[in-house]
Amino acid sequence: MAYDKFNILKSSAVPLPIENVDTDQIIPARFLKATERKGFGDNLFRDWRYNGDGTEKKDFVLNNPTYNGKILVGGKNFGSGSSREHAAWAVYDYGFRVVVSSFFADIFRNNCLNIGVLPVQVSAEFLDKILKAIEADPKAAFEVSLPEQTITIEGSGESESFEINVYKKANMLNGFDDIDYLLNISDEIKEFASDRPL
Amino acid sequence: MNTKKTLFDKVWDSHVVQHIENGPDVLFIDRHLVHEVTSPVAFLGLKNRGIKVLHPEKTFATADHNTPTINQHLPVEDPLSANQLRMLEENSNEFGISYWGLGHEKNGIVHVVGPEYGITQPGATIVCGDSHTSTHGAFGAIAFGIGTSEVEMVLATQCIMQTKPKSMRINVEGSLNRGVTPKDVALYIISQLTTSGATGYFVEYAGQVFRDMTMEGRMTVCNLSIEMGARGGMIAPDEKTFEYVKGREFTPAGEAWDKAMAYWETLPTEEGAEFDKEITFNASNIEPMITYGTNPGMGIGISNGIPQADAVEGGVATYKKSLQYMNFNEGDSMMGKPIDFVFLGSCTNGRIEDFRLFTSLVKGRSKAPNVTAWLVPGSHRVEKAIKDEGLLAILNEAGFELREPGCSACLAMNDDKVPAGKYAVSTSNRNFEGRQGPGSRTLLASPLVAAAAAVTGKVTDPRELMELETA
Repeated sequence: MAYDKFNILKSSAVPLPIENVDTDQIIPARFLKATERKGFGDNLFRDWRYNGDGTEKKDFVLNNPTYNGKILVGGKNFGSGSSREHAAWAVYDYGFRVVVSSFFADIFRNNCLNIGVLPVQVSAEFLDKILKAIEADPKAAFEVSLPEQTITIEGSGESESFEINVYKKANMLNGFDDIDYLLNISDEIKEFASDRPL
Repeated sequence: MNTKKTLFDKVWDSHVVQHIENGPDVLFIDRHLVHEVTSPVAFLGLKNRGIKVLHPEKTFATADHNTPTINQHLPVEDPLSANQLRMLEENSNEFGISYWGLGHEKNGIVHVVGPEYGITQPGATIVCGDSHTSTHGAFGAIAFGIGTSEVEMVLATQCIMQTKPKSMRINVEGSLNRGVTPKDVALYIISQLTTSGATGYFVEYAGQVFRDMTMEGRMTVCNLSIEMGARGGMIAPDEKTFEYVKGREFTPAGEAWDKAMAYWETLPTEEGAEFDKEITFNASNIEPMITYGTNPGMGIGISNGIPQADAVEGGVATYKKSLQYMNFNEGDSMMGKPIDFVFLGSCTNGRIEDFRLFTSLVKGRSKAPNVTAWLVPGSHRVEKAIKDEGLLAILNEAGFELREPGCSACLAMNDDKVPAGKYAVSTSNRNFEGRQGPGSRTLLASPLVAAAAAVTGKVTDPRELMELETA
């Protein structure tokens, strides 16, 4: 599924400094029963965000009007657990285009890259600086530049670079997905398949 | 340069259709397993593009995540689940994929039926929109979970684009102590490595413990690879593997078998091959395990106390939040903690061997009155074996009933939900907050620990009950 191109994003950020945020928290399994990709943002962090009766939990960051923006800042090992792409869909659908952490779970990172959410992995020290900047000023702005592969704290000018492979970077800059690429090499794939024992 | 190759290198390299410089490999997939939850949006993508499934004969669909575990002959009550199941059936028919739906004799959990029918084979690449696809690595296959975009890619092109992970070998040497099962070995390794300790790696399990292990046990271990962050885990195929695979419905036969065997025997890691990381554990240090927190790395030997916050790696606040959710305290002993539910089943521990273990301990005892027990076979084939081997009669005698196959309380997408605040000793794979139902509290453990809890109504060391038997 095609998604919006990503180039440079300037935004404030929402802090969620918890470690090992797993995909069951991002989107609980009982909300995976849709057969179309829509509405998942409503259930992002469902059980941290709402009480059993559907009322908001006031102390959860997404319910705090002080914090908003297109950047979600999580703790170490963000997105561990299941392969459900619905977790990345929920993040995107809610309005986030970037997730920052000092460490990402593998499948979640891949899923993000496949649907247009940019995972930005920074050092533990820089993550701490980002969180402190938000703590000092909830409206603190950050610039995420995909062409430059950098994230910058606008207030202090401090910056750190992040990694992304050349192929995925080009995809995100252009809004392409992998299926387009694979369909373009279908002859090569067919030739390979003809020689497979299984 | 070291030219000796690992099992993982051999299987991966032989499936690379194209290598993109500074980018991923285009990897050919031999077997694609499909279930109802992560596939509908992928099929929709194919329809929108107007394309077909490239290799329907390499694609296998089964219904498992949403299915009820009682009265499967009746219509599914939950309209959303019913809709998703119907979509899978319609999509399978439309695209010419074999479909083992509810009521089909081959129906069961995708990672249980794959091996049962010989879909899973050594040296293959296997994917599924489910992180526990790592299970199939027990046969020396590269098997891992993928997202729905990737499900669509595989349906459309039989390929996926992935960067080759780093390699790690985990050796467990020696022999397992009494009462220690493959589940305990896996929970022990995860507790040592943490839930992110193997992120970015593909693991090979090696050493005496895994050589001695049955195929069922190897599946349990490989299943849990993802819980330490690894993409997957695998074990070199040997005589046990070949013996298990032989003669199954989708296994090659005759000349094709001889050819396959000749290839499979070349797969094991060569002497002197190097891994990016290698770790060795001693089997004698492993005792029956149980988790006390909200991720699978938060496990301890059952006779130990819950660690102090300052003694664990990672943030103190996150650790305390986890214990608060469980309503446990630092330093608490797990033994004797009252429990409410027991779940035997899932792609981790829903195979016949797991039911044999559970039954061996509850035999001649009675289910504790305060415990609700859900015994859910991984497939109809497992269900039949439970009956044929006489296990069901023993279980019934002890006050247990058997349910029908499915993922069930492992992720509570059906009605098998643990209520808020209640404790479940579960043989499944994740103890995340709310995993078994909103507010539920999960203690992951082996079938033996689950059995001991089921008959005593509290966390109990199964070795105590086993000793009573011997005495």
